[in-house]
Amino acid sequence: MIPAAFEYHRPSDIAAALSILTEYGDDARVIAGGHSLVPMMKLRMAEVPHLIDLQDIGTLRGIDVGADRIRIGAMTTQHDLINHDALTNAAPTIRETALQIADPQVRYMGTIGGNVANGDPGNDMPALMQCLDATFYLTGPNGERTVSAREFYFAAYATDREDDEILTAIEFAHPMPGFAYEKQKRKIGDYATAAAAVLIQRDGERCTGASIAMTNLSDTPVFAEDAAATLVGTAVDSAAIAAAIEAMQQAIDPSEDNRGPVPFKRHIAGVVLQRAIERAWSRA
Amino acid sequence: MKKTPIELNVNGQTRTVLVEPRELLIHTLREQLELTGPHVGCETSHCGACTVEIDGRSVKSCTLFAVQAAGAEITTVEGLASPDALHVLQTSFREHHGLQCGYCTPGMITRAHRLLQENPNPTEEDVRFGLAGNLCRCTGYQNIVKSVLAAAEELNTQKEAAQA
Repeated sequence: MIPAAFEYHRPSDIAAALSILTEYGDDARVIAGGHSLVPMMKLRMAEVPHLIDLQDIGTLRGIDVGADRIRIGAMTTQHDLINHDALTNAAPTIRETALQIADPQVRYMGTIGGNVANGDPGNDMPALMQCLDATFYLTGPNGERTVSAREFYFAAYATDREDDEILTAIEFAHPMPGFAYEKQKRKIGDYATAAAAVLIQRDGERCTGASIAMTNLSDTPVFAEDAAATLVGTAVDSAAIAAAIEAMQQAIDPSEDNRGPVPFKRHIAGVVLQRAIERAWSRA
Repeated sequence: MKKTPIELNVNGQTRTVLVEPRELLIHTLREQLELTGPHVGCETSHCGACTVEIDGRSVKSCTLFAVQAAGAEITTVEGLASPDALHVLQTSFREHHGLQCGYCTPGMITRAHRLLQENPNPTEEDVRFGLAGNLCRCTGYQNIVKSVLAAAEELNTQKEAAQA
């Protein structure tokens, strides 16, 4: 499979990358790890006359675990996330999620920025970012702006990022202690049939805070605010979990595809959410 | 589209090749540099037969343009050892029947090589999880896992002997 011809650019800073993006408009696209984009180019489902490789822009890489906030550069790979001890101590849910993405080779190349910016409903990090209430940093010709992960996704591959903007970093506060990312897939390396990201805070036998988001159960990630709210104040017993699952079912909108018909996906969504809540609660 | 010269450091040698930007690394390796160890399997980033090592990372070379690897250190299965003196992993695959048709083997061995660099004492589960990006349709994986575990043990024995 040979992609359509293109011109290759490899700028060494953001300003140079932005000027190429501005010059070529719709004909230009940035490439991070390329493990979503290159396959699409090979299938000729994406045609990119000007490909802008971000690998030489060092400022886009790195993990900074601060006292209040955690910041991750967009070009940080899944492999780097998995092997960063300070990040794993502060936000272990990142490692648990990253380990469930694709396979080792893809994780060496695939980046967190590409995963969240691509807008593929099958990607795992967008739901986790919504669960964490993360902020995305976007830089364009008019400077930098931020957007909440919960406001970023409009539809499949349609996001709040403008064509001339680059997603440079994500940032979030230190998360609640109870965590789980539970993913059901047909085989290792697959996208989710359904997946659930859960964060829980507990005080004794009472849940004092919760956040829930779901993967691949709509054309965007689904932040299930009502489902999380049903858990708060409860002892996270079976009745509370059932109520959370019921509320989550109202928020998702799965469609039939080769991972199964809609009733099956709704069933699996309930199963993964139950497991995720139970695991997060046990760790809180 | 115009071809541009790029430098690739492959198996310890600097090689200059002329490539179109759209040329995938696997094709540059096989057709221009005549390194036919990395195989073209699925061409869809699933099977891992094209796995090579780039700057200490296992990479599927069908999912990377050669221009992206310009300036990088690349190791293919040919770079691990020579036919007269096989790498421990290669000997181990032979002894433990870690291959049948052999198509996936260069990718398996290149990937296993990096895995053992990062984790010299893997459990069986570590090996299975670490090789999850490489598909084999002959062996059922049992003997591949056995081969990698045996190679890890042998490499550790050699390391201890060298230190003694």
